[in-house]
Amino acid sequence: MAADGTLVAGAPAAAGSGRANTMQRFARQRSTIAFLMALPLIALIGGLVVYPAGYAMWLSTLNRRMTANIGLGNFEILLESDTFWMVIMQSCIFAVGAVIAKALIGFWLAHMLHHIPAKGQRKWRGMLLIPWVIPPALSTLGWWWMFDPSYSSINWLLNIFAVPAVPWLGEPWWARFSVILVNVWYGSPFFMIMYLAALKSVPDQLYEAAAIDGATGWQGLRYVTLPMMQNIISITVLFSLIVTFANYDIVRVLTNGGPRDLTQVFASYAFQVGILSGNLPRGAAVSLFMFPVLAVFAYFILRGINRRNKEQM
Amino acid sequence: MTGKGMTRRGALRSGAGVIAAGALGAPMVHAQGTGGSLRVAFWDHWVPTGNDAMRALVKEWSEKNRVEVTLDFINTTGNQLQLAGAAQAQSKSGHDIISLAPWDVGTYASVLEPVDDVINRLIAKYGPINPVAEYLAKREGAWRGVPATSGTQNKPACVRFDLMQEHAGLDVRAMWPANGQAGPGADQWTWDTFLTAAEKCAKAGYPFGLPLGAFSDAVDWVGALFASYGASMMDEKGKPTVRNNPKLRTAIEYAVRLSKALPNDVWAWDDASNNRALISGRSALVFNPPSAWAVAKRDQPQVAEKCWTIPMPAGPEGRFLAYLPWTSGIWNFGRNKQTAKALLEFLGERSSAEALTSKTSGYDIPPFESMTDFKIWETEGPPVGTVYNYPLKPHHKAKPSIAFAPAPGEFAAQMYVQALNTKVIARVAQGGDSVDQALGWLERELSTIVRGG
Repeated sequence: MAADGTLVAGAPAAAGSGRANTMQRFARQRSTIAFLMALPLIALIGGLVVYPAGYAMWLSTLNRRMTANIGLGNFEILLESDTFWMVIMQSCIFAVGAVIAKALIGFWLAHMLHHIPAKGQRKWRGMLLIPWVIPPALSTLGWWWMFDPSYSSINWLLNIFAVPAVPWLGEPWWARFSVILVNVWYGSPFFMIMYLAALKSVPDQLYEAAAIDGATGWQGLRYVTLPMMQNIISITVLFSLIVTFANYDIVRVLTNGGPRDLTQVFASYAFQVGILSGNLPRGAAVSLFMFPVLAVFAYFILRGINRRNKEQM
Repeated sequence: MTGKGMTRRGALRSGAGVIAAGALGAPMVHAQGTGGSLRVAFWDHWVPTGNDAMRALVKEWSEKNRVEVTLDFINTTGNQLQLAGAAQAQSKSGHDIISLAPWDVGTYASVLEPVDDVINRLIAKYGPINPVAEYLAKREGAWRGVPATSGTQNKPACVRFDLMQEHAGLDVRAMWPANGQAGPGADQWTWDTFLTAAEKCAKAGYPFGLPLGAFSDAVDWVGALFASYGASMMDEKGKPTVRNNPKLRTAIEYAVRLSKALPNDVWAWDDASNNRALISGRSALVFNPPSAWAVAKRDQPQVAEKCWTIPMPAGPEGRFLAYLPWTSGIWNFGRNKQTAKALLEFLGERSSAEALTSKTSGYDIPPFESMTDFKIWETEGPPVGTVYNYPLKPHHKAKPSIAFAPAPGEFAAQMYVQALNTKVIARVAQGGDSVDQALGWLERELSTIVRGG
């Protein structure tokens, strides 16, 4: 037993006082040693996660000047704002739309790669991972040049084929499409690599058995591959949802939230309200709104994983 | 125990200072002496020679006063300077002096050292200070920073005089010559004339390059337009003035009409888009400091030599010029505040301002009206005199403006950053709202801003 406080070894007969014995016993307990060894990690999490989160919560209860506590006033004000409701809606469109597209493209790419012979696979894997390893602020800048309102290279290409120029960043739906597209381009390789690893762990015997039973390719995918990958799909989707919801750089670089705040997401709006407008408490309140939204997603996804795990036990 | 023990905050501050000094390797302006030391964060100038000019001035001062000054030039790409200001104000540690973006002076007023003594001495020497600079830097009855020359800009019209003459029939060089006098037709330089010219140039394939997004160039020119129509959104007491405001309605309707003569993607333009429009030769007019012209001089000299800077047009309530100042603030938790004040006073002197402006090809605008006669604005070219009308001169009969004044700074800052003036136009022109619907939205946004103190 490790965590129940049982002694690692029998305490030697102490020559000193009873207090010394107690201390020695305490120090030798496995739980104490485990705690001490985990202390750096606990301190790290405390300093970098718990403290900032607690500080943000406290901050969100203050007035703009940070001189008085207004309780949930900032949240109340935000919920009465048209713009903020738009931000909630857009964050959901952005995150859900991008994650679904990333998952589908990642799944497709993983399958394609899985069927390439091992020798050539490495090259393709490396190339397909490139978008994911480039810092997003940098790659988004590249996309911005391609979408540039006046000198878009994509439009230049379209014009060659007599297709009229598209206002990629100036028209609301095109702007939304553009930010999602860049996020999908950046994030699909992550899904691809996770799904590829999952695909490689599916035993070949299952496919062989399915083939003997006369299963088609589609049936193999539906009744063998997908059930075997279900948990990794759920975890990847959850992880990506969290990261995509908190995305800042793509919107900031590409559209700055425009036109008319129609591409604004939680993080970019929080920065605009908190840092640029000098209203830190309300900015903190905006960013904290991500928490309940993500908690709902996490609850349903993790519940599904737990249920499946229980069924398999 | 008689001496004071070291406090936790003091220890952290000293530690942070040592680490920062070692890690940043910022340029140190040495002075052998005992006048103390200063750490200064200035805005990293667009114009490459701007930092050198500042460095030379600070060196001169530090040697004379035997003060060791560490200079950091922090740029505004990714809002780095604003983030540094926010972090330092929160942690109450960092530089002694920091460059503050226009609205940040008000945001951090409670942790900025009053500098009325410095300002009063400068005013006594150089006369009245720019009222917009005062509006931004004066909080709770005290000056919270010294309006800076470095980085401060006006945004008049930079016009392709050849295109304007050919397509709109306006000789802007004759209207606004480089001789301190308004020429024939200058009194007709109104927003109505402007609209007609915009439509003619757009028809000829050279639309005016006026951004209407959420970046400062867009907010600034629309702010000046609204000011010249007397269209304010909030009064000085923080009360929204949207309802039953015919001047605001007229200004919005005008801007919507004007937007039809602009490129259809101006809603997504950033602060560089108008520069590119001018430099590429596709646009007949932009509202900008001379940086667009300066880049054209380097990259497209045939465009630069046909550019001429003139004041913004006038409206029913007068002529206004978009003005965007930087302010140098001294943190009240700093250790060497008197020395910091002395440095800022030195930088506020006419000779310092002229050195900065001259080294930046006239880009920097000093905060005193008496300093709008520097030689650089007469001699810079080609064409010579092209930026003569860049500073606000008496014969322009104009006033400096910043969008959303006279609203209280803490609210105006939020309105500015959220670009409410361009968004209200976009809701009508692009979103298809009626003016009433857009005004209703605007009123709700203002009430959200005002609530919560």
